[in-house]
Amino acid sequence: MNNRMSAHLHPGLNLGPAHGAAHERSETVLFGFWVFLMSDFITFGILFATYAANTGHIGLAGGPGPGDLFDLKSIGLQTGFLLASSLTCGMASLSLKYDEGASRVAQWLVVTALLGAGFLAFEVRDFASMISSGGTPMRSAWLSSLYALVGLHGLHVTMGLIWIAVMLALLAVVGLSDRVKTRLLLFALYWHFLDLLWIGIFSVVFLTGMR
Amino acid sequence: MSEARRERRNYLLGTGLSILLTLLAFGSVIGPFGKTIALWVISVSAVVQILVQLRFFLHIGLGRQKREDLLLILFSLLLLSIMVGGTLWILTNLAQRMT
Amino acid sequence: MSPWFGRLNWWVTPFSDAIANPNTNNLVAAGAAALVVVGALFTLYFLTRRHLWGRLWHDWLTTADHKKIGIMYVVLALVMMARAVIEGVIMRGQQAAVLHGGFLSADHFGELFSTHGTIMIFFVAMPLIIGLINIAVPLQIGARDVAFPVMNQVSLGLTTAGAALVMVSLVIGKFSTGGWTAYPPYTEAVFNPGVGPDYWIWAVVISGFGSMLSGINFAVTIYKLRAPGMSYMRMPLFTWTALCTAIMLIYAMPPVTVSSLMLALDRNLGFHFFTNDLGGNMMNYANIFWMFGHPEVYILVLPAYGVWSEVASTFTAKTLYGYTSLVIATMAIAVISYTVWLHHFFTMGQGNSVNIAFGIATMVIAVPTGVKVYDWMATLWRGRIRMTVPMVYLTGFFILFVIGGLSGMMLANPTIDYQVHNTLFLVAHFHNVLIPGVLFGMLAGIHYWFPKVFGFRLEERLGLWTAWLWIGGFCLTFLPLYVLGLLGMPRRMPSFSDPAYAPWVLIAGFGALVLLIAMIMLFVTLWVSARHRDRLAVPLGDPWDGRSLEWAIPAPAPEWNFAVIPRITAREAFAVEKARGDPYTRPTAYQDITLPKNTALGASICMAATLMGFALVWHIWWLAALGLGLIPGALIVRAFVRETERVIPAAEVARAHDAWLDAIARAAGVTRDAETETANRGLAAPDE
Repeated sequence: MNNRMSAHLHPGLNLGPAHGAAHERSETVLFGFWVFLMSDFITFGILFATYAANTGHIGLAGGPGPGDLFDLKSIGLQTGFLLASSLTCGMASLSLKYDEGASRVAQWLVVTALLGAGFLAFEVRDFASMISSGGTPMRSAWLSSLYALVGLHGLHVTMGLIWIAVMLALLAVVGLSDRVKTRLLLFALYWHFLDLLWIGIFSVVFLTGMR
Repeated sequence: MSEARRERRNYLLGTGLSILLTLLAFGSVIGPFGKTIALWVISVSAVVQILVQLRFFLHIGLGRQKREDLLLILFSLLLLSIMVGGTLWILTNLAQRMT
Repeated sequence: MSPWFGRLNWWVTPFSDAIANPNTNNLVAAGAAALVVVGALFTLYFLTRRHLWGRLWHDWLTTADHKKIGIMYVVLALVMMARAVIEGVIMRGQQAAVLHGGFLSADHFGELFSTHGTIMIFFVAMPLIIGLINIAVPLQIGARDVAFPVMNQVSLGLTTAGAALVMVSLVIGKFSTGGWTAYPPYTEAVFNPGVGPDYWIWAVVISGFGSMLSGINFAVTIYKLRAPGMSYMRMPLFTWTALCTAIMLIYAMPPVTVSSLMLALDRNLGFHFFTNDLGGNMMNYANIFWMFGHPEVYILVLPAYGVWSEVASTFTAKTLYGYTSLVIATMAIAVISYTVWLHHFFTMGQGNSVNIAFGIATMVIAVPTGVKVYDWMATLWRGRIRMTVPMVYLTGFFILFVIGGLSGMMLANPTIDYQVHNTLFLVAHFHNVLIPGVLFGMLAGIHYWFPKVFGFRLEERLGLWTAWLWIGGFCLTFLPLYVLGLLGMPRRMPSFSDPAYAPWVLIAGFGALVLLIAMIMLFVTLWVSARHRDRLAVPLGDPWDGRSLEWAIPAPAPEWNFAVIPRITAREAFAVEKARGDPYTRPTAYQDITLPKNTALGASICMAATLMGFALVWHIWWLAALGLGLIPGALIVRAFVRETERVIPAAEVARAHDAWLDAIARAAGVTRDAETETANRGLAAPDE
């Protein structure tokens, strides 16, 4: 393998040769995580296919439909929150790469978490209002698919927030060790991937549903 | 230093393009456009936005090392198209024969 | 229902059923449960009596060594195989006896075919292939371990948790009667409100995560950890098949996880993915499940094909014929296997165009396998064949697997399939490919690599008896099923009334007993070989005159695999060195070697996952939440551990390696005539 000096060893932002061993060890771990994200991609893909198959009148089973339940303004806000959090996550990665110190990285992570929490807050609020209008996941196949797809994404976001909390604790206790740096890169890959999925969700589920 | 500035600018550029594409997609639904146009705009802007984010946030590209990561996405896309396409074909076929 | 114990109560065991109504059926069930309880208690007693807990914990349950993890996978598989084979024998026995009354209730028979299939696929075949890949691949590519050794532990733990759930279901509650595929709406809460389908769901989901993580681990290992100079086209074929298997695992496990979790949502929370009402689409379950199910069977068979490539070239002392075509065929099988899944439900309502498209794809996938068979035959042609145990299995494979493949081609035609779908013809076909294909491949692989991990060969004569019993037993049990299928006998039937079936059913019943003896002989072979391990020892490491890297190290392989990571310059690197006359070169310098420290992460996640699965089955929600929470909890605790590696000093490596090289220099090698004799200490002399 003659790419030891290469600046780009793995998907996502690379630390670069200046980070020495941290950059080298990241190659295998980040690649492995990328492969895992591919499997997650398939999981969501199947949920998308199931959702699409259930959008007809049979799937709706006479229950409430997209027009009755969707709130595009809220979806727009959620999209904004998640996109902004992707940006701040990128800023966290850059401050890691350019050695701005553990507290700067932590600050960007906190902002990312707050934006992610904002996304979730509106999503939970939407679910609650759908349920109170009779749009429960037990009402029809379409609703089951909706909650499964959007809900699984929301669960992934929640796990991301927990991950940020753990990273903040690690930064405080251990600081920017090689392993912590690698984990931060992993987190960034994960968080950007969630925004990619959200593009699919708001396009296929919410926008298409409202048309 | 300029390397850092360049990378930061790329993230901002990616975010800016994403905002634009999102507004486009939302606009096509909220505005007075027909269903077909809206669906096309939504699809195209979604695909483009995904490509934008892959490029600017995830650093996937056509360079040599980046190509392996890209190949993995393309392979996943191939299998996913078979699974999703197959599912839709099969279930639609079944639904037609049931009604 | 109680908040503390969910739907658990005192009357959910077969013991209470047997006490209330001691008919044969209930006594069989109680007997099986008793075996599990006694077996578990005996194991605990044995470990305590011999003071083995410390060693078990330190040497096995907390290790991150791929070789030991591989061995544990194989041990798990063999234990579960004992149960599943016995279940098969009982089912054959019921059918053979049914015209005189039989002895099993229909529900019990339903549980039996469900556990038999579920265990064989998820807890015998999968652990066997993952175990063998774990053992052999890092050695074949010149690596010290897999890419993620601790994740390897976690995979084993998750698989074991799934197996544990299936074993517990024998004692507490009942298992599903929905077959290994668990089709709704039969498995929905409205028709099966009990615990059966839930046991199935959580066993499959939990072990499925483990398998997916193994796929990621193996793929990254092969992509990133090959020794310098080992390009893709210099990898041994078993590694190639392992790579494609790993990639298939990554893409095939998500569908079954999704379909099972959707079924769980339907059952537990009243969702409507597959229900009869409110828009549910039960066909989507079959659709998603088989998107996993078909690649799954190729996941099982590809490593077996890899073993055949190794065995065919090693035991004929010839270079594998058609390396490139074998690689391309392997990749073709991997990709095409994702395009054929509908052939598992040709008869379920689709129109012609859909059926024909998938039928053609199914026929196409037979071609690369055919290419492989021809390549193996060409490898054997004009070779100096030694009929060792693996070669006997290969012979059985050649003849019997091809029959299975041909019946598969028949089934690929929707028109024929309409006549024989869900008859014993189908059952005969898939056993015909699974047993001579997967099982024989795994048994051959175990014989082949056993000396590498344990340092001694298996008894050759006992091994040969075992192989012939498996071959004969298979023929007697499953070839009659083709006839029965064509005569119209459906599958999964606890009884039949057409007397024309009887003679064939009796032959199959007798064959099942032969298979039972074959399995016992396998265990006897292992046991006796262990007792004679000094006589069978091959410490010099190369008992078969092997051609790939793993044979160039001592046996048992040292912890670190290779004292110095080799630099590869050719395919079949070790064979090339031996032919050139310079194998076993002494390294000029040794380095310190860093290996992972032991950790309890895998064992902890295993216990947490088993607890969670059991609690989910019995609706003990607080316990399920606890179990679920312990998993990320364990991961977070692990994240704060700073000392995760240990260093083995270069001096220690040098000492061990030099001692081995000295032993080789002192030893006289054996030619292939003496391969299975005591004189074979693991050094190969050139045949002249």
